[in-house]
Amino acid sequence: MAKLTIAQALNQALELALAEDPSVVVLGEDVGKDGGVFRITDGLFDKFGPDRVIDTPLAESGIVGTSVGLAMAGMKPVAEIQFFGFIYETMDQIASQAARVRFRSLGRYSAPMVIRAPFGGGVKAPEIHSDSLEALFTHTPGIKVVTPSNPYDAKGLLLSAIDDPDPVLFLEPMRLYRAFRDEVPEEPYRVPLGKASVVREGTDVTLIGWGPSMALVLAAADELVAQYDISPEVIDLRTLTPLDEETIVTSVQKTQRAVVVHEAVRTSGFGGEIASIIQEKAFLYLEAPVLRVTGYDTPYPMTMFEDLWLPDTSQVVTAALSSVRF
Amino acid sequence: MTDGIEMFPLIQRLDEEGNLTGELGVLSAESLKETYTTMRFLRTFDERAWNLQRQGVIGTYAPFKGQEAAQMGAVAALNDSDWLVPTYRDWAASYLRGVPMEHGLFFSKGHPSLGDIPVGKQVLPAQVVIAAQTLHGVGVAWATKLRHENVATVVTFGDGATSQGDFHEAMNFASVLEVPLIFFCENNQWAISVPLAHQMHAETIAQRSVAYGIEGFRVDGNDYVAVANLMHDLTERVRNGEGPFLVEAVTYRLGAHTTADDPGKYRGTEEEDTWGRRDPLLRLEKWLRAQGLLTDEELVTLDAESEQKVEEILAIFREALSMSPLVLFDNVYATMPTNLASQRAQFEARVKEVGA
Ligand SMILES: Cc1ncc(C[n+]2csc(CCOP(=O)(O)OP(=O)(O)O)c2C)c(N)n1
Repeated sequence: MAKLTIAQALNQALELALAEDPSVVVLGEDVGKDGGVFRITDGLFDKFGPDRVIDTPLAESGIVGTSVGLAMAGMKPVAEIQFFGFIYETMDQIASQAARVRFRSLGRYSAPMVIRAPFGGGVKAPEIHSDSLEALFTHTPGIKVVTPSNPYDAKGLLLSAIDDPDPVLFLEPMRLYRAFRDEVPEEPYRVPLGKASVVREGTDVTLIGWGPSMALVLAAADELVAQYDISPEVIDLRTLTPLDEETIVTSVQKTQRAVVVHEAVRTSGFGGEIASIIQEKAFLYLEAPVLRVTGYDTPYPMTMFEDLWLPDTSQVVTAALSSVRF
Repeated sequence: MTDGIEMFPLIQRLDEEGNLTGELGVLSAESLKETYTTMRFLRTFDERAWNLQRQGVIGTYAPFKGQEAAQMGAVAALNDSDWLVPTYRDWAASYLRGVPMEHGLFFSKGHPSLGDIPVGKQVLPAQVVIAAQTLHGVGVAWATKLRHENVATVVTFGDGATSQGDFHEAMNFASVLEVPLIFFCENNQWAISVPLAHQMHAETIAQRSVAYGIEGFRVDGNDYVAVANLMHDLTERVRNGEGPFLVEAVTYRLGAHTTADDPGKYRGTEEEDTWGRRDPLLRLEKWLRAQGLLTDEELVTLDAESEQKVEEILAIFREALSMSPLVLFDNVYATMPTNLASQRAQFEARVKEVGA
């Protein structure tokens, strides 16, 4: 089995999808000849040509809006938004249009499309490029939100997202694109949407994260075991909508403690939703309040200070310790 | 189909060989020498910024090499009360309007002072969201009109920006409201890897003015004499209430899109060579030499002075790096809400713990 980065695994998934299904098209800014600014579509233009791998004009609302039309008319568009921060440009077309097609037409039409975007910070990109805005979309009924954190899941989840009959927002952790490699089978396989993964089993505290945060959650787990003799259970949500509540609740009922980690700003972040589900469904099991490790309530900081601003491993360790010692 | 090239012939006064094909107009030989001196300094700065990124001193940088004449010409006719609304590549234009050059480095470093425009300079902070500033430009010009200020506003943007809805909404608003605004497109032929021909099906950007019922112009953006004269004319007309206008300055990005980009993937060296010969600096240099206004020795002095100025900018830049990260919390709201204040305190403790 080849060892691939997330970037390579995604590239492979797109190649397989284009080869499998002639209705799949990949579109976006610089996805053609250039292979995308993060090279996720590298080589696809040469293999499949300009009708399948399409450089669009520079207009995000246009990219998503035409994708909605393409999808309603039987194509399977996989649109790239160059950086997740530019998703604001598409808010109407995603939230008021793509997400409502099925509901509005009583099931007569649907918009089976994927919107891919590099997600999260830590790479010192300019303003707006690194914002974590997943909660805007978990707050939007009708669209699924998926975010892998490793190469195996990246490929399997992207293929599931492309198969999915509903619009899927697929968030790719930018700083993990090339951070490490994993064994990834060459053939197509699917990782189901809506199913969290228990990455590590433990008994003392449940650490919950997704996408880019998983890197620090896993590092914190190692540290908790090695330095503090604490056994953390680690959950990678993988899909935020629909949410795998069962895995979360079962785990917290076992460990009786939970820490949620995300890069997004704290207020109205998705961590609040998880804390609330835990308190509704596992209240009597809790030995400590559910804690959140998050970004601060400021705009994503200028790159000079982003390392200070972003949650880090030590904050996750501190939160886990204070939960266990509560 | 509209023949945009015929409808909007390229306005030029100084050709590639450095021959005047038109009048100097509002410019003089002396003023052109000064312009060239500034241009040469700006080129030195731009090339140095590129190297600073390679050395890890700053982050991603978007060079303006090749677009100096367009940017300098765009603001050539503005006075202190006029406005400039620029993008992330417009450091030459911003510098001429009084934004210190180190802001270009701040921007690439992600230093908080990147948007701290000196008081009294009517320039908005560099915009990174493509075309968003075109609407702000309309708003600024509208405000000056509502207050009867007799002021001109120039909004600058790239060719790719003209694909965005914001640009079309801005053009429509501006024309309906008849605001004193000049839309100034730096058509550098490329939006990252996408050539103009793939960005739009029209022949020229200038012809887009027709649909909005305003006047459009296509000017050689590598010819400072042409751009500056056109802008002098249009700025005056805007002040007389004849605006808005759309100007397409035909130029070329001689370098990469940014320090993170490799143009070798999408464009040929032949094209780059052709445009290299149209370099706005070469053209002005040839003319100045022919007039006997520039010698090899002077160029050596000019370069030494440029280097010296860049060193001074770098010194200011380095000094500014000691800024406290707590500034991140200070301008989120006019008055800090209590929950943010408590987050600030947590952040302060963290900064103390791990060191800024
Ligand atoms: C809304 C938005 N989408 C995408 C980007 C990423 N991006 C940055 S520059 C650029 C190309 C811009 O081309 P153009 O408008 O021609 O200006 P130029 O960079 O050539 O000066 C793109 C796609 C962005 N900054 N904003």
